[in-house]
Amino acid sequence: MSVDSVFVHKMWDDHELSKMVKGGIPFPMLSDGGGKVGSIFGVYLEDAGVEARGRFIIDPDGIIQGFEVLTPPVGRNVMESIRQIQAFQHVRKTKGAEATPSGWKPGKPTLKPGPDLVGKVWEVWKTSSAFDD
Amino acid sequence: MAEEIKAGCARPTGGPVGEKPDAKKETPQQPMFKEVKNLVTVGKKAPDFTAPAYSKGKFVNVQLSEFLGKWVVLCFYPGDFTFV
Repeated sequence: MSVDSVFVHKMWDDHELSKMVKGGIPFPMLSDGGGKVGSIFGVYLEDAGVEARGRFIIDPDGIIQGFEVLTPPVGRNVMESIRQIQAFQHVRKTKGAEATPSGWKPGKPTLKPGPDLVGKVWEVWKTSSAFDD
Repeated sequence: MAEEIKAGCARPTGGPVGEKPDAKKETPQQPMFKEVKNLVTVGKKAPDFTAPAYSKGKFVNVQLSEFLGKWVVLCFYPGDFTFV
């Protein structure tokens, strides 16, 4: 979503994005003229008249589980967004019985919060787990 | 799902859906401080909105609440043809 019109979205997809992504962008490119939607999500930069690089993860109940907002010159990390979605999906599947510690990705151990884990995280989780192997 | 819209000469726009957050009656006297309301909080419902969109060759209208039941990634960016 950006402040550009749907016509400009089409031109960008036709003339540039379809050269990067085969078949063009597979999801809707939303238009937010005037930044009305961006304003309620807190990402509309009034002085510049554009939107910051905001990314919101919204679950199947419509609940915002996470967001990240960057100023325009720095791009996002798609793999980190995917990792966060995988983590939220795992937590949801376990109905909150499991939590994903720092650095978690699919296949790595989760934590089961409860009285027995208090003060014992150091036994089951090492600092090295926060980093990629 | 998303209804198709005709490409007229006016630029289509969308906006928030439902009651305006500041729909309350305004007091005649201006308050000393402007209340800053953060509508977006983790763990809270995303504000619903509708927006025109370009989607796989068509102009459509998209409403966030159409996607209930699915995981949604909503991305904002400064503008088309920017470099990052």
